[in-house]
Amino acid sequence: MLLAIDTSAGTSVAIADRGVGIIAEHSSTDTRGHAEIIGTLIASCLADWGGSVTALSGVAVGMGPGPFTGLRVGIAAARAFAFGAGKPVVSVVSHDAIAWGVADPVLIVTDARRNEVYWSAYSSADAAGLPMRVGGPGLSRPEDLPVLQGYRRLDATTVSAGALGMLAEMMFVHERAFAGDDALYLRSPDVTLSSGPKRVTG
Amino acid sequence: MSGALVLGIETSCDETGIGIVRGTQLLANVISSSMDEHARYGGVVPEIAARAHLEALVPALREAIATAGIDLADLDAIAVTSGPGLSGALMVGVGAAKALALALGKPLYAVNHLVGHVGADVLRDDGTEIELPTIALLVSGGHTSLLLVRDLVSDVQLLGETIDDAAGEAFDKVARLLGLPYPGGPQIDTAAAGGDPTAIRFPRGLTRAKDLENHRYDFSFSGVKTAVARWVEQKQDAGEPVPIADVAASFREAVADVLITKAIAACTDLGVPRLLLGGGVVANARLRELATQRAAVEGIALRVPPLDLCTDNGAMIAALGAQLIAAGHAPSSLAFGADSTLPVAVVQA
Ligand SMILES: [Zn+2]
Repeated sequence: MLLAIDTSAGTSVAIADRGVGIIAEHSSTDTRGHAEIIGTLIASCLADWGGSVTALSGVAVGMGPGPFTGLRVGIAAARAFAFGAGKPVVSVVSHDAIAWGVADPVLIVTDARRNEVYWSAYSSADAAGLPMRVGGPGLSRPEDLPVLQGYRRLDATTVSAGALGMLAEMMFVHERAFAGDDALYLRSPDVTLSSGPKRVTG
Repeated sequence: MSGALVLGIETSCDETGIGIVRGTQLLANVISSSMDEHARYGGVVPEIAARAHLEALVPALREAIATAGIDLADLDAIAVTSGPGLSGALMVGVGAAKALALALGKPLYAVNHLVGHVGADVLRDDGTEIELPTIALLVSGGHTSLLLVRDLVSDVQLLGETIDDAAGEAFDKVARLLGLPYPGGPQIDTAAAGGDPTAIRFPRGLTRAKDLENHRYDFSFSGVKTAVARWVEQKQDAGEPVPIADVAASFREAVADVLITKAIAACTDLGVPRLLLGGGVVANARLRELATQRAAVEGIALRVPPLDLCTDNGAMIAALGAQLIAAGHAPSSLAFGADSTLPVAVVQA
C-alpha cells in the first residue's frame, strides 16, 4: 500500500493498494496553490483510509514533467513524508500515470506554459498491462510535436495520484525500473550571464 | 523547564536550513547552501535556489536528526518558514514541512522568517535572556528591515525597510563592479582592509531632511551603488588606477553608517535602549564595530546572536516555534501557504 503524490499539473494525493485498488484520492485542479493545499489533501486521504502510517509500504511520487514550482512541492512532500514515516520513496514519470489503463498507442501532451508542451509517446500496453513509453518525456512547441503513425493524441490537464499509486504498485510487482531521482524539469533555470557591470555614466 | 523539542525548516533564500532545538537549547543547526551555484550569476537565482532546496532537504534532515541525537518520534512539533522570501524556494519547505508533520502526527507552526532572525537570540549560550522591547536591525542579501519587537510571539512592528536593494545585494553589486567575486560582503571586507573609509564621501540614502519626513526608518541602497559605479567609471575614463581599498572602505562605511544611524535613531526616538542585530550582513566586522561604538555612546545595550545563527538557518525557525508553543499558541492550520511578502507583524501564519 502506497501514499501517492503528484503535483505535475494540479495537486493529487491518493492511497493505493495492489489488492484493494484506490483506497482514497483527493485532488485539486488548481495549477497554482500546490503548497497551500497539499497538506489538506494528504490529511484527507489519511483520514478516509483510517489506517496507520506504519502500515504503508512506501510513497510514490510523480517526477513530472510539469511546471517547476508546483512539481517541486509534491516531490518535497513525498520525500519528507517518506523520511518521517521511515519508508522508501519511489519515483514515477507523471505521464506514465496518464497512460496507465490506456490500451492503444497514444501521444500524451500536457501544458508546459510559455507556448510549449510536454509530451510522451506510448505504444500498446505490455503483457502485464503496463504502459510502454517509447518516446519522451520531451518538451516542444506545439507545432513541433513528433508525428507518429497510428498514435492517438491525448491531451491531459490532470494527473491522478490514484493511477500513479496503482501503477507504482504494479511496477513493483512486475519488477520494472522506477524513474530516476531527478525532477523532470526538462528546462534549464532562466538565467542570463551578464557580460559584466553596465556603465551608469554615458 | 526544558521546553518543546522542535525541528525547524528554513528555505526562504539560498540556504536549506534544518535546525533542532529544545526550548532555548540548540541541538542541531544544519545548513546546506547553494551559494556556489549562484556565484557565476553575481546574485541568487531563484530557480537554482529552489532546485537546490529539493535536493538538499532530506540529507539535511537526516544530518540534523543524527547531530541532535534524537528520535523523530520524540519531536513535539515542526516549524517552517512561511515567508517572506523567494516564493518557489519557500514552497519547497512548506510542502515538506506539512508532509513531515502529517507523517509524524505532530503539530506544525508556520512562522515569519524575519521574526525568526530575532528569535535566534534566545539560543545564545551565555545565559543572558533577551530583554524586550528591543529594536532589531535585520540585514542580509534578501532583506534590510528595522523592527520594534515588544513581544517575540505577539507584538512585532515594522518601523522601516529598504525601498530598493537589500544591503547585502548592494555589497554584491559593488563587489562586481570592482571586479571582485560573489558573495560581495566578505570580498568588500577584505578589499577594504587598509583602505581609507573617509577617502570618498558616498551618499547615505534617505538621510536628507526631506527624505526623513516620509522615510525616517527606511533604507535605500541603489543610490550609493550608482554613485560608486560613477566614481569608478570617472577614474577609468581618466585613465587613472582605481584605488580599490579606498573605494571598498568608503562604500562599506556609507552602508554601515546609514544602517547604524537609523537603528540608533529608532532606539532614541522610541526610548528603547536595546538594539539587536541579525541577518548575514552582521558578519561584516565594520558594521558590528560601528554598532558597538555608537550604542555605547548612547547607552544602548547591543545584542548580536552567535554569527552562525545570524545567517539564514533552521534553528532560528525552530526556536521561534518553541517560543510560540511556550506562549500557548495553537498550531497553524494546514492551509497556510508560502507568502513571499508575509508582513513582519504576522509572527505565525
Ligand atoms: Zn534572512
